[in-house]
Amino acid sequence: MRRLSWFNVTSLTLGLAFLYLPMVVLVIYSFNASKLVTVWAGFSTRWYGELLHNEAFLDAAWVTLKVAVVSSTMATVLGTMAAYVLVRAGRFYGRTLFSGMIYAPLVMPEVITGLSLLLLFIGIGLDRGIFTIILAHTTFSMCYVSVVVSSRLVSFDRALEEAALDLGCTPFAAFRLVTLPIIAPAVIAGWLLAFTLSLDDLVIASFAAGPSATTLPIKIYSAVRLGVSPEINALSTIMIAIVTIGVITASLLTKRAAVRRNAEEHAADRA
Amino acid sequence: MPQTVFAPWNDPDEKPLISFQGVTKRFGDFTAIDDITLGIYAREFFALLGPSGCGKTTLMRMLGGFETPSAGTILLAGQDIAPVPPNKRAVNMMFQSYALFPHLSVWDNIAFGLRREGRDKAAIAARVEEMLKLTRLEKFSHRKPHQISGGQRQRVALARSLAKAPKLLLLDEPLGALDRKLREETQFELMDIQEKTGTTFVIVTHDQEEAMTVASRVAVMDEGRLIQVATPDRIYETPDSVYVADFIGDVNIIEASARQSGDKVSLAWAEGQLPLIATTTKTFAPDQHCWLAIRPEKIAISAERPKAANALQGRILDIAYLGNISTYHVALPSGQVLKAQTANTRRIERRSFTWEDEVWISWTDTAGVLLDK
Ligand SMILES: Nc1ncnc2c1ncn2[C@@H]1O[C@H](COP(=O)(O)OP(=O)(O)O)[C@@H](O)[C@H]1O
Ligand SMILES: [Mg+2]
Repeated sequence: MRRLSWFNVTSLTLGLAFLYLPMVVLVIYSFNASKLVTVWAGFSTRWYGELLHNEAFLDAAWVTLKVAVVSSTMATVLGTMAAYVLVRAGRFYGRTLFSGMIYAPLVMPEVITGLSLLLLFIGIGLDRGIFTIILAHTTFSMCYVSVVVSSRLVSFDRALEEAALDLGCTPFAAFRLVTLPIIAPAVIAGWLLAFTLSLDDLVIASFAAGPSATTLPIKIYSAVRLGVSPEINALSTIMIAIVTIGVITASLLTKRAAVRRNAEEHAADRA
Repeated sequence: MPQTVFAPWNDPDEKPLISFQGVTKRFGDFTAIDDITLGIYAREFFALLGPSGCGKTTLMRMLGGFETPSAGTILLAGQDIAPVPPNKRAVNMMFQSYALFPHLSVWDNIAFGLRREGRDKAAIAARVEEMLKLTRLEKFSHRKPHQISGGQRQRVALARSLAKAPKLLLLDEPLGALDRKLREETQFELMDIQEKTGTTFVIVTHDQEEAMTVASRVAVMDEGRLIQVATPDRIYETPDSVYVADFIGDVNIIEASARQSGDKVSLAWAEGQLPLIATTTKTFAPDQHCWLAIRPEKIAISAERPKAANALQGRILDIAYLGNISTYHVALPSGQVLKAQTANTRRIERRSFTWEDEVWISWTDTAGVLLDK
């Protein structure tokens, strides 16, 4: 290991502090015994207990979880299919337009995505509720899945699929038996990414949500406008934990798959 | 002559297993395969030989069903295979990169094709064991492809493509990744397996020695065309063009103009030199431009003027010592350099010629082949 210079240590500390100090404060205060958010009165897990009796929060949490699971699953299926077409179909007419259109939502301001979805839902007369939130989240997270999966597919040896066809597979069987198991880590990483994106989205959800269903971020946001409560700190801490676990798992999966692939390729070179 | 010579291509009653009829393949405006007509017979070990990029893989991929011809038809056992998708063809391919499934064990790789056929478990297991035994992989059946050596991986790929007992097995540069010794062993193994299983093999290679070793017939290709199709010895002894003569092995090419009388041709090849004499079955117009191709091992080297149809005096320019043989590069007064090869039956210190020696080189009138293109 190389030793870090003073300059590097300082920049690293500043950068990390800038990123994580607010969250650390939040996590610490979630364990505060006092009702007053800014006064420390000793360690307690009482707010986590209270949370369990807050019906409104529990409902919102349940909605959020359902939305995240369903929308990330749909986004994974759609995103994987889109990535497969983009990487595999070669140069078909309108390919550049298609790929541009898939990746555009990545850079589109969320307010605009949200607004246009809202207009669409009103236009087709769809009542806003859990279903519209799911649709909206599927829409914006599928492009993230497609980016993750297509970066894996680019390095996938086409001959493997041809070998499967050669041995009697239909194209669909070749995908199911050969391609999918090999790209599975990327697909799972894409799912986790979509899951965490859906979990903490506020902007798009607030456009798509209706009176019948709200998500946790919306609930927190509106509660905070009436004043920060320690209960919200506790709730936010739980969300930070879930998102962190999701992101770390996704990156570990991608990294481990890459390491293993490297090892396999090196083994092939040595032979 | 032995009684059972395998030569179905000489038998007018034999129908080829595969027949290319005027097949052309274009990628955009680039022609990768140019109007090929070719028959390959059952139980043949057929080699496609040619420089990189001449269309060997493309020809194979059309047989496997991964490319469709732009023009012409391909018949397999008399049936047009154009509308048959790869998964329905009685053809299996061993890929240049092996294309082993990395997530499956050796056993499951070999069983993959059998499972698609929906055979029962016991039959699959029996067939896989048979293949493992044939390719001597029993000990590695539970390993993953990245846990075995390159040579073993190559045998897994072979076992996997043989398992379904295809009518036709396509091998695309199967031995390219192996070192020389392993490659030679595997060539003999391949021939052995081909004989045991009775499968028709089509092998792609750019290694002429490999093609000569394994094949019953060799097709020499260049830029998408077939240049010559013949048995290895005919390709070597009687090439029908300078390209083939030059591509296969070492050769001396002497440009000349012909003057034929009967089967003897007298060749004017250099100003102020006696003409060379060659025998041919072809007919040459008077003063037709032609090329005499002679293999270095057919040229003798001596200190005294020998009594041969063709004898030329020259000076030794270079000696390439290859262990079992030596190649002498002899400069003629005309400036041309010819190669003569002798077997090193004596120890090197007793060799009779050395650099700058004046020597005679000679060959008979039947030693060379006279070519018109
Ligand atoms: N899918 C393709 N698109 C365009 N050109 C191709 C394609 N496949 C092969 N070619 C071209 O066709 C020629 C023959 O290729 P190939 O059959 O792979 O040669 P070989 O196997 O003899 O080295 C090459 O010049 C190659 O660039
Ligand atoms: Mg090739």
